[in-house]
Amino acid sequence: MTVQKWTAAKVARKVIDNEELFILDVRNEDAFQDWKIEGHKFEYLNVPYFELLDGVEEILPQLPTDKEVLVVCAKEGSSVMVAEMLAEEGREAAYLEGGMGSWSSYLEPVKVANLDNGGELYQFVRLGKGCLSYMVISEGEAAIVDAVRFTDDFINFAKDKGAKIKHVFDTHLHADHISGGRHIAAETGATYYLPPKDATEVVFDYTALTDGLNVKVGASKIDVSALYTPGHTIGSTSFIIDDQFLLTGDILFIDSIGRPDLAGLAEDWVGDLRETLYSRYRELAEELVVLPAHFMIIDELNENGTVARRLGELFKENHGLNIEDEEEFRRTVTDNLPPQPNSHERIRQVNMGKIIPDNDEQTEMEIGPNRCAVR
Amino acid sequence: MNITKTLDAKGLACPMPVVRTKKAIDTINSGEILEVLATDKGALSDITAWAKSGGHTLLEQKTEDDILYFYIQKA
Repeated sequence: MTVQKWTAAKVARKVIDNEELFILDVRNEDAFQDWKIEGHKFEYLNVPYFELLDGVEEILPQLPTDKEVLVVCAKEGSSVMVAEMLAEEGREAAYLEGGMGSWSSYLEPVKVANLDNGGELYQFVRLGKGCLSYMVISEGEAAIVDAVRFTDDFINFAKDKGAKIKHVFDTHLHADHISGGRHIAAETGATYYLPPKDATEVVFDYTALTDGLNVKVGASKIDVSALYTPGHTIGSTSFIIDDQFLLTGDILFIDSIGRPDLAGLAEDWVGDLRETLYSRYRELAEELVVLPAHFMIIDELNENGTVARRLGELFKENHGLNIEDEEEFRRTVTDNLPPQPNSHERIRQVNMGKIIPDNDEQTEMEIGPNRCAVR
Repeated sequence: MNITKTLDAKGLACPMPVVRTKKAIDTINSGEILEVLATDKGALSDITAWAKSGGHTLLEQKTEDDILYFYIQKA
């Protein structure tokens, strides 16, 4: 038997196409419990590689023979070793190139919709981390919202589409992942916008993203307008695109809402979060399609791989939008919160430009799920 | 501490630090102590977890100048 090497892109297709896969995850138990490759129809077995050094015979009965088996570890080395051991036992096995590091880094661009006059709206789905970025393309121009740090993915995508990147926005100062926004802007000559209330400590130049700011993308004037919606951070800003789409950043997700504590100010910001979710968003058209900056669970993905839902549906179904009692709301978003994202304080420092870690360190800092939500 | 054997696994990437540690521990007697030097950060959690699962005792672990030191007493 030979050992196959799979790319993160291939695994991403299996997730989006709803295919079956058996994952043998050979990382430590706590690493596996904390964060793994999620798929609608994936099955798992977690056995640390160091328990297999004497051989894989013991786990063979637990591995299916009628399904593809993918061995996964943190970086790659251990999964190659285990996949080769399985092959020696006559089992077909593949390993994930680059391990969970490459899974965390992979972006799948999915088209959300066609806009007027040939315009397009894309969602970049970072399956491994649950991050969602956006690109509006219209008549040779592009605007990007909440870009993750893999700047080439965005720059090359725009290039392939023949579009010049003109505007780059961050809805807020991110705490769970490193933003690529200002680097894309620097490389392409685009304008980089950040909400000033989130930017009091940043050490680079930016353009203020304020309530009511409106930019046009392309000659057909796809409207991108800003709506100040604090709560996850004090500067958090949403966007309405073409009167059809509502980019909510980390304020409102499909199955959860933003948590107010990642900058250490939960008690101060909970009132803002309530006001945004229960007043400002309530004034908007229910037909708007919500496009958040994250998903937390794989069930939030639609069949075509996008993460999008009508605002009206969320008013009905999202628990965080249906807590009538203010005091209960306050408790929900400040008590018993899930653990904070890995390295969130250092990630904020990177996004302020205060520290500049190398690529390996950045990968390490971003390991794990995003954890920006509270349910 | 009376070190019986030292394994230099510096510069080796996962899974080799653990693979070599296992081989080295097979060559010493119960109760004796193996010193392991490694630079792969993953070794921190992996050697610790491996020692625990094998019943060995991790007497001490320290990090100096980006080098991880492990002192493992064989079960």
